[in-house]
Amino acid sequence: MQRSLPEMQTPDVVSMSGVRFRWRGPRAFSLAIDSFALRAKERVLLIGPSGAGKSTFLSLLCGIVTPSEGRLEVLGTDMAKLSSSGRDRFRAEHFGIIFQMFNLLPYGSVLDNVLLPLSFAPKRRRRASQGGTIESEASRLLASLGLDPKEVEGLSTANLSVGQQQRVAAARALIGAPELIVADEPTSALDRNRQQAFLDLLFADVAAAGASLIMVSHEEELGKRFDRVVRLDEIATSERRAAA
Amino acid sequence: MIVPRLALQSLRNRALTASLTVLAIAFSVMLLLGVEKVRTGARQSFADTISGTDLIVGARSGAIQLLLYSVFRIGNATNNVTWKSYSDIAKRPEVDWIVPISLGDSHHGFRVLGTTPDYFTRYKYRHGQALAFADGKPFSDLFDAVIGADVAQALGYHVGDEIVVAHGVGSISFVEHKDKPFRVSGILAKTGTPVDRTVHVSLEAIEAIHVDWQNGIPMPGQSISADEVRTMHLEPKAVTAALLGLKSKLATFKLQRAINEYAEEPLSAIIPGAALQELWGLVGTAETALSIVSAMVVATALLGMVTMVLTTLNERRREMAILRSVGARPATILGLLATEAGMLTLAGVVLGTALLYAALLLLQPLIDRVYGLHLTIDPPTAREWLTLGTIVLAGFLAGLLPAMRAYRLSLADGMTVRT
Repeated sequence: MQRSLPEMQTPDVVSMSGVRFRWRGPRAFSLAIDSFALRAKERVLLIGPSGAGKSTFLSLLCGIVTPSEGRLEVLGTDMAKLSSSGRDRFRAEHFGIIFQMFNLLPYGSVLDNVLLPLSFAPKRRRRASQGGTIESEASRLLASLGLDPKEVEGLSTANLSVGQQQRVAAARALIGAPELIVADEPTSALDRNRQQAFLDLLFADVAAAGASLIMVSHEEELGKRFDRVVRLDEIATSERRAAA
Repeated sequence: MIVPRLALQSLRNRALTASLTVLAIAFSVMLLLGVEKVRTGARQSFADTISGTDLIVGARSGAIQLLLYSVFRIGNATNNVTWKSYSDIAKRPEVDWIVPISLGDSHHGFRVLGTTPDYFTRYKYRHGQALAFADGKPFSDLFDAVIGADVAQALGYHVGDEIVVAHGVGSISFVEHKDKPFRVSGILAKTGTPVDRTVHVSLEAIEAIHVDWQNGIPMPGQSISADEVRTMHLEPKAVTAALLGLKSKLATFKLQRAINEYAEEPLSAIIPGAALQELWGLVGTAETALSIVSAMVVATALLGMVTMVLTTLNERRREMAILRSVGARPATILGLLATEAGMLTLAGVVLGTALLYAALLLLQPLIDRVYGLHLTIDPPTAREWLTLGTIVLAGFLAGLLPAMRAYRLSLADGMTVRT
């Protein structure tokens, strides 16, 4: 178990201790995380068997919900102290999120999908336009992820393959260089070769941006490519009750 | 401006359901405005039918009944006014002019009205407009007739044609005044009033065709020919009603009172405007019912719109989770859906209004011709603008229902993309 030491030279990107959370309602589910930390520029693979509370963990991490007990800090900010809209703004500025699949708004163009987070994050927008326009930054990211911007930018995302869609999603997560990239099984819809290629590109861009990465997966063999592998059931205990 | 653009693209993605929804709202708005237009058009048409007449005198009856049969040719008189009473009233010093009306006969369903040549100069419609002749001239001979524009058009009559008047007012009559045919001496220009559907003859002619009749049937063996009748003294025994113009409007109430209290015969005198007001009070209930029905049709259309937005919510949960993941607040999602509902309603209202005006432009001449209803094409009144604004607001508010649900869903789903 890693122990978080906040007084080290670089502050942790994420630090959780004694976090408790309970979903109310018919599908009551509670999760307790004793301790978890993510250091700057660290790449962590989080192994979460189904039912271990993976979605709840991600919701807590991204500030969709707040813990009822304990401390959850991201980039030194106590998430519980932010208002709900404050957490939304915080997520927009500091998080890049990639889902398992269906990452893109199907009727929007590739370019609009990549630029979408910048509408909610003025600081990220400023960072993205430093080297030119936000559009040129989107092109640069798409190119670095192995997509020809000229070919795909105007396309509707519905015309892309799954692999291409995941790369557009990665470009959206990376634009404006947020500090933390959260990826929820981004490769599960890809075959093995494409998985490796996708991770290569993602890692290179995460490193170039100086971001940290938490990737959730159930495929432990991916672990050797990460700095560290954390099993969710080892850091957290979950309890599911039948509907009362 | 990516978010509004994406919202628009999302809507375009559902173009078929969205356009059907807009169409439903458009039709309901068209109905609502159309009812309003017809209602005001009908009122205007009625109000425009008589102008410049200060009093209408008839046998004792309700004001509405007298107005309806004397001016609108609807219904029948309960009783007549004797020629003596008529002459007494005509002699009163307050009276500037008096025009008698004698009803009871018809020609192919069109009412025949016996009157004096003064009728063509004294009767006024639509803000004091006088009758005009499209062809021919007022009656001069005993058996001359002046027909309204609709009569001429429907029956294809020209000046000089011969017509036979039937006894009674049904469209099919078995008893005709065949022995005394009339000749069309003039055709009136279109007025948009019941005058268009009337055959005008002289008061003496009405007397002449009934001279050999008694109790509503020809007297057997006592036929008097048309030539013989010309030599007779044809003073009418009674008229149905009379239109009155006064020298001073100030005398209106005084004369009305005097006629209502006329000792020798029970008479009624009505002020046309006041009787119309009474009529509106009577038909107001029906108008309100009609308006309520159209309002309910609009409510149904809005309900359909809410249903459409609600049913698409499930397939849009992914869209919402993505928006949430990039930092959209639940309030943004709420606003997005409410705006969508508002925009759909606005589009429906604009389209419905446009369709109504297109229909008005297209059908106005037909409605005028077939129903005698002259619908004016004006820009929407303040009241109509208010109605349209209320519908858009109602659509926006109704959109809050699915929006609230989306809000709750996006809170519950959090970061999980459900498909």
